[in-house]
Amino acid sequence: MADRPEGQNKPRLALHVPEPKFRPGDKADFSHIDIGEPGKMPRPDEACEAKDTLPLCYDLIRVLGDDDKAHGPWNPKLDPDTLRTMLQHFSTVRAFDERMFRGQRQGKTSFYMKCTGEEATSISAAMALASDDMVFPSYRQQGVLIARGYPLLEMINQIYSNKGDKLKGRQLPIMYSSRDHSFFSISGNLATQTPQAVGWAMASAIKGDSRIAATWVGEGSTAEGDFHSACTFATVYNAPVILNVINNQWAISSFSGFAGAERTTFAARALGYGLAGLRVDGNDPLAVYAAEQWAANRARANAGPTLIEHFTYRAEGHSTSDDPSGYRSAQEREEWPLGDPVTRLKDHLIALGEWDEDRQAAMDKEAAEHVKATTKEAEKNGILGHGLHHPFRTMFQDVYEDLPWHLEEQAAQAKREREIKWPGEEPWS
Amino acid sequence: MIEAINEALDVMMARDPDVIVMGEDVGYFGGVFRCTAGLQEKHGKTRVFDTPISECGIIGVAVGMGAYGLRPVPEIQFADYIYPGLDQLISEAARLRYRSACDYIAPMTVRSPFGGGIFGGQTHSQSPEAIFTHVAGLKTVIPATPYDAKGLLISAIEDNDPVIFFEPKRIYNGPFSGYYDKPVEPWKKHRDSVVPEGYYKIPLGKARTVTEGEQITVLAYGTMVHVAEAVCAEKGVEADILDLRTMMPLDIEAIEASVKKTGKCMIVHEATRTSGFGAELSALVQERCFYHLEAPIERVTGFDTPYPHSLEWAYFPGPVRLGEAIDRLLSE
Repeated sequence: MADRPEGQNKPRLALHVPEPKFRPGDKADFSHIDIGEPGKMPRPDEACEAKDTLPLCYDLIRVLGDDDKAHGPWNPKLDPDTLRTMLQHFSTVRAFDERMFRGQRQGKTSFYMKCTGEEATSISAAMALASDDMVFPSYRQQGVLIARGYPLLEMINQIYSNKGDKLKGRQLPIMYSSRDHSFFSISGNLATQTPQAVGWAMASAIKGDSRIAATWVGEGSTAEGDFHSACTFATVYNAPVILNVINNQWAISSFSGFAGAERTTFAARALGYGLAGLRVDGNDPLAVYAAEQWAANRARANAGPTLIEHFTYRAEGHSTSDDPSGYRSAQEREEWPLGDPVTRLKDHLIALGEWDEDRQAAMDKEAAEHVKATTKEAEKNGILGHGLHHPFRTMFQDVYEDLPWHLEEQAAQAKREREIKWPGEEPWS
Repeated sequence: MIEAINEALDVMMARDPDVIVMGEDVGYFGGVFRCTAGLQEKHGKTRVFDTPISECGIIGVAVGMGAYGLRPVPEIQFADYIYPGLDQLISEAARLRYRSACDYIAPMTVRSPFGGGIFGGQTHSQSPEAIFTHVAGLKTVIPATPYDAKGLLISAIEDNDPVIFFEPKRIYNGPFSGYYDKPVEPWKKHRDSVVPEGYYKIPLGKARTVTEGEQITVLAYGTMVHVAEAVCAEKGVEADILDLRTMMPLDIEAIEASVKKTGKCMIVHEATRTSGFGAELSALVQERCFYHLEAPIERVTGFDTPYPHSLEWAYFPGPVRLGEAIDRLLSE
């Protein structure tokens, strides 16, 4: 570095490197987080100016209280059947995550990612949308597929990359795609789906359609340039889109401070772009539903896009390849002040006199058995690396609409290799 | 060529209500090169519109529009500025059909002026085609004449795969011989400047024979087609000059047939040499025409430096560099 004159009598600059409050072995204490009283936040008109949402960007919209009852203007007043349906989806996704995680440990697939603790941010949000609203998820919104009735068998086939896999074994497990369920193809590249969702919403507006788009992105990925582009385009064109930011506090081993959380909220970013911003208790299924519904109504009325920060906690490791005990306190999960979304919804239904522990136990058992039976069904199509995959030729298809000459040649090469390796067998099987 | 591109866009917007044109300054103003002039007035603000200065955003929203069912034609003002959009092009547009097993496609055409010869310096002169030809799932197209520009652009817009459509801005207004000190000849004197009205297509993946000859094969595209033609004419060389027109898919049959006829091959491009598209062409010719080759394959390219401003004509692969290569080929 260049020499600089001495004696200028200026303070030495200091680089700030964020550090999470708790590391392995520390006692976790979340008393610094102001979670606010359920029911206290106002619910502005859905067509309000973006800047009118300022108070909602720094506090938390909460509906369910410690008394397990719904409070305040954000209470979506869902009927018990809808609440039970939501609970059923929760139960299913939790059973599914457990089973698939175990499947990875048993070597049936290479990889899995759970959404434990974040079930409301996908299921409750998806239930507030129309079934043909287009969703652009990240990799932790399996709850959207389950809420939309996508067959578990298809999900497991994809995870096992077997011959039943609709994506023909081309994608890493959990990178689902289902056009029939208005569920966009998941990419490994973070935040790329956010401007795509805005573009889809712009297209819907260009064509005078009534469908809206919603996208999900983790708080860590909001640091990507694509997220900035998405917010800019959304506001410039008043796109009918909802940007869901799932702030689960952790991006693999990096705490949310590395995405900017030490000095502001993620919802507050909305205001700088001119988006409406909402910050919700992401473990409160009613609050998540209500916020998503508010944003959907706003988008549908051409009143503009909304950014929703879902304040939640990633209860498990990042993926089957991650061990969170290497970077965070094991106590965090139990100390998390917003509890567990599944328990909170269950307790609410019980408080309403519409549910009980026995029925919950039966529901959980049924979900586990359903997942188990479906897993067995999927295994008939094969598990990863056991030969029951799509024909080799499919590797070369769909790169382009038509197979160009060089891929024809490379496919012929692959065929020859198969014939050398397994003489006498059908080379394309 | 500008008018031909404008006509192609106009024709396709009239034919297909799902065609959308967008990019920086393309709307009201009609584009910094006038390629989109008049389109917004004719087709409306929701079909031709200006965008924020964000290449990643432009390509990203185009992918989303394609997923909806539109056929977007985004413009990147200069190819030198396409890099912020590369993740969306390489990781998303190129892979969408494959990774979703045809659930979703990206039927978009990214138009972008490219190439040097205009004192554009480092960031208005680059030829980054090799970045895109290396990406499975993308098609790359470069026209060299107004007639081709219109026909190829219409094909690109109708194609269901994502197409990178590079427009050599040196020849927007007229062909270029490589003699930068001579006055520019306008397109109207050129045989390929006659552009039919209305709809017509030139298929992707087919090269154009510029001149026929027995002595050498020249593989070129964009501006360099005209430079090669002028140099061969000047030297009295009877060359089989192929204007490749599309890098991907490549017209390998035309290349093979020509090199097997002449036995000598010169590959010409403005882009830097190392790992340029010429290396792929050279490897293909060597693999497929080995026993017909009578001389080492010549690659005439830009140097492996960033594109300079003041020394542009020392950098540009002009008549001297082409002439030397031709002499080497003919001396074998």
